[in-house]
Amino acid sequence: MSSPNAAYPDTPDTNAKPKRHEWPLWEIFIRGQHGMSHRHVGSLHAPDAEMAIKNARDVYTRRNEGVSIWVVEARHIAASSPSDKGPLYEPSESKVYRHPTFFDIPEDVGAM
Amino acid sequence: MYAQMIKSEATQEDPEKLTAFQARIDAGEKIEPKDWMPAGYRKTLIRQIGQHAHSEIVGQLPEGNWITRAPTLERKAILLAKVQDEAGHGLYLYCAAETLGVSRDELTEMLLDGRMKYSSIFNYPTLTWADMGAVGWLVDGAAIMNQVPLQRTSFGPYSRAMIRICKEESFHQRQGYDIMMKMAQGTPAQKKMAQDALNRFWYPSLMMFGPSDKDSVHSEQSMAWKIKMNTNDELRQKFVDQTVPQAEYLGLTVPDPDLTWNEETGHYDFTQPDWSEFFDVLKGNGPCNRERLAARNKAWDDGKWVRDGLLAHAEKKAARRMAAE
Repeated sequence: MSSPNAAYPDTPDTNAKPKRHEWPLWEIFIRGQHGMSHRHVGSLHAPDAEMAIKNARDVYTRRNEGVSIWVVEARHIAASSPSDKGPLYEPSESKVYRHPTFFDIPEDVGAM
Repeated sequence: MYAQMIKSEATQEDPEKLTAFQARIDAGEKIEPKDWMPAGYRKTLIRQIGQHAHSEIVGQLPEGNWITRAPTLERKAILLAKVQDEAGHGLYLYCAAETLGVSRDELTEMLLDGRMKYSSIFNYPTLTWADMGAVGWLVDGAAIMNQVPLQRTSFGPYSRAMIRICKEESFHQRQGYDIMMKMAQGTPAQKKMAQDALNRFWYPSLMMFGPSDKDSVHSEQSMAWKIKMNTNDELRQKFVDQTVPQAEYLGLTVPDPDLTWNEETGHYDFTQPDWSEFFDVLKGNGPCNRERLAARNKAWDDGKWVRDGLLAHAEKKAARRMAAE
């Protein structure tokens, strides 16, 4: 888990410095034109959610990239850590049958 | 380049961890902020990405100089959009640097008090409208040379920032060349202005890549870490090879009497810039160093009440919401 001192959800709290009085960091998610999910596009600093949305509009949608913006203050995001990689993802490596290509369907059956 | 003369930090760490780290990089894996990394890798990247970010921000000043004096409303709107992009590029890069554990305001303070640098190129003045063309064509052109390969850099957040930047950067170079075409095909006075802009920006643009680093240990370490993808000389040569035909198309003359096509190497031979001038500019003695830093300091100081005011307002609102719940 990231601590409140680490600015980014993914930044380790290596140097515990006194917290500076800065605008908090927000993570920005944008939904594009074609009905896709919101996608993380980057971060920015803003004093509050309203300003974060305004700034996100200016920074991340200057070329029609989106139709909807989500902003989340970075400190509210819980993130997995690299040391969890084994326990979290290894179990799925042995389960090839979860992929459709695992099953051989005769060509005569047609598209499936 | 936008980041020049970056010294890479020596690293004294567990050799086993270092070997494993290097193996990940060699395998083309991306290093993410939470992963273990050598302290030197972290420090060098903060310096490099920070300097790159500062360059985007200070780089707004020479162009901002012409927003109110653009020759048409359309040119003004385009220039505004371009300068706004540069602010965005600075932001993407500051965010990438912040994932390494340095704060945005800390980076800003290091720029303002001179502990961190920005690219030498932005210490040259923009004297005429043709300079807007030369800056877009040459300065952004030189930046692209470096930024395109950096999309493959080993540090994930830096790579992602570069990908975003490269998408937008080609607009910048093309709008610059468009200005140069208009000027070069214009009245004799306009053509003269275009030639004058090329004359003044040619060597400073070549300096952007930094002095030859083929024997530099810093460069060697950074290349092994894949935070530097090519030597300075390689990129400079590529830039010259690409730019000379573009100048010919404009009917302008590159201000280098010794510039010749070398059949054997398949490259142009060209004169190196005056490196003593480069080091002098880095030391703070370029034509605009003081002006640029003074402008950034003034903007930071003048904006303090806005930053503080908005933060106080946000905190008051949050406290009220808490009390109501």
